[in-house]
Amino acid sequence: MIEPLFDPLVWLILLPLAWATLTFVLGPGRGAWPAIAGLTAQCWLAFDLAQKVGSGGAANHVVGGWGAPLGIDLAVDGLSAAMLLLTQTVALPLAIYARSYFKSDDPAGTWFWPLMGFLIAGLNALFVSADLFNLYVTLELVGLAAVGLVAAGGGAQQVAAALRYLFATLVGSGAYLLGVALIYGAYGTVSVATLLPLVTNDAPRLVWIASGLMVAGLMLKTALFPFHFWLPPAHGGAPAPVSALLSALVVKASFYLILRLWLGPLQAVLPAFAWLLALLGSAAIFWGSWQAIRAVKLKRLIAYSTVAQLGYLFLIFPLLAAHGALQAGVMQIFAHGLAKAGMFAAAGVLIKATGQDTVAGLAGAVERLPVTMFAFGLAGMTLMGLPPSSGFLAKWLIIEVAQAQGHWIIVVVVLAGGLLAAVYVLRVLRQAFLLTPASATLTPVPRMLEWSAFALAAASVLLGLRGVELMQLLGAMA
Amino acid sequence: MSTGFIFALTGAILFAAGLAGVVLIGHLLRRILAFNLMGSGAFLVLVGLAQRHDVADPVPQAMVLTGIVVAVAATALALALVRKLHALSGQLELPDDVDD
Repeated sequence: MIEPLFDPLVWLILLPLAWATLTFVLGPGRGAWPAIAGLTAQCWLAFDLAQKVGSGGAANHVVGGWGAPLGIDLAVDGLSAAMLLLTQTVALPLAIYARSYFKSDDPAGTWFWPLMGFLIAGLNALFVSADLFNLYVTLELVGLAAVGLVAAGGGAQQVAAALRYLFATLVGSGAYLLGVALIYGAYGTVSVATLLPLVTNDAPRLVWIASGLMVAGLMLKTALFPFHFWLPPAHGGAPAPVSALLSALVVKASFYLILRLWLGPLQAVLPAFAWLLALLGSAAIFWGSWQAIRAVKLKRLIAYSTVAQLGYLFLIFPLLAAHGALQAGVMQIFAHGLAKAGMFAAAGVLIKATGQDTVAGLAGAVERLPVTMFAFGLAGMTLMGLPPSSGFLAKWLIIEVAQAQGHWIIVVVVLAGGLLAAVYVLRVLRQAFLLTPASATLTPVPRMLEWSAFALAAASVLLGLRGVELMQLLGAMA
Repeated sequence: MSTGFIFALTGAILFAAGLAGVVLIGHLLRRILAFNLMGSGAFLVLVGLAQRHDVADPVPQAMVLTGIVVAVAATALALALVRKLHALSGQLELPDDVDD
């Protein structure tokens, strides 16, 4: 038993709450340093926790000494430890990036730091929550902070995108909450661990309705096709650091919750929906890629690519009974999280430098911003799934598991999705290699912006070489 | 039919009506009201279904209290955004998403 005061689990939630409040008190646009300091400490805590979980199995904490059912229990296993690790390692470079991105008088950066802090606190709390209702509360925390970040741009388009996102996220969590209410009505508990043995194959119809509602609500929040309508305006219209946070982390939170329900309390019921989710995932891959290929604006292209890449995550559900499918899914979460954060960060640099947000405006970017274009290319490699990137590893694992079970259709979808990703990534790179038009002017950008984008993109490729550690961590699942 | 079940059934109907409102209504203020109806429906189900033999269960009541706080925060954020949109564009409906 770890002394509560030194439990990394607790500090991962308390620290971001503390620096978010501090940056709010410091005033508009200020507080980059407390945020970066806090996130550095959180990174260390997440690594420490992952190591402990990897060697000794799950960890628990009873908040305030009040256990369930009246108190709140927190629990960490391999999957949560992995998600915590991803959240901190993506957030730290993005904080360094955002410090240079928002100039002190930029209205879009006014409340960035407190909102980011509350978002990270919400995410960390979500990954360690051990009951369905606490998961609902953290889901709402994440959603409200994310909507605030989208609206921060301040333009009519951005406020409209934020409102559209807000209604989508509220309907999603509303459906989830109704599902929780029905589950409580049926079993009288919302604890994940207590529900596990209670829900069986012959569960009453109420539980089936509840499962359907919860998964549908979470699908809406994960922007699975055809519920993706809110994502491109919200992710494409927000400032670059916000888009990166949303695409890399926020949509993964609701996916994590589906995965958690699937592997945990609802494992007897949910597999009935497996092929439906895989079908929608495949549709997302094709539709998202197609829209990305046609997009005129650079950030729209990247946002539609997120819709497509999220599709891969849903392909693992029919395979989850077999060993290796969970590993493939988590590897895809990491690959897309790091690559998409890097890609949005690189796009932010390109837009700042060229002054326009179109793919056509990138002509000549390779000569003038080589580091940023290299970062974009590396992130693109991961999205396409070229070796040795983590994206390759993720897609390879999905193909391997699908093949072993004879699901050839999934193999075909993964391969076709990789080709389509190549089309939209190479479309950007081709434009960047064109000669610079004589009329083009280029605003100089801080070095820090370029290198933090590069670090994220490079990490997404290098993770492919260190995938084994991540797999071992997941092996520590109960 | 116990009172608890009647509460839950009413809650389900309110939830469905609210959901239809959020999806179908264009006017933003009415959409926010519809969202609140939806939330109240879910709360009613939570409290109603858990009520066995007409004895109230304290756990879902605590949950509903938390849920109300969340709903108030969400409503406040939505109202602030609607005001901002109204100030910027003079509209109380969402404009079409201009793709490119």
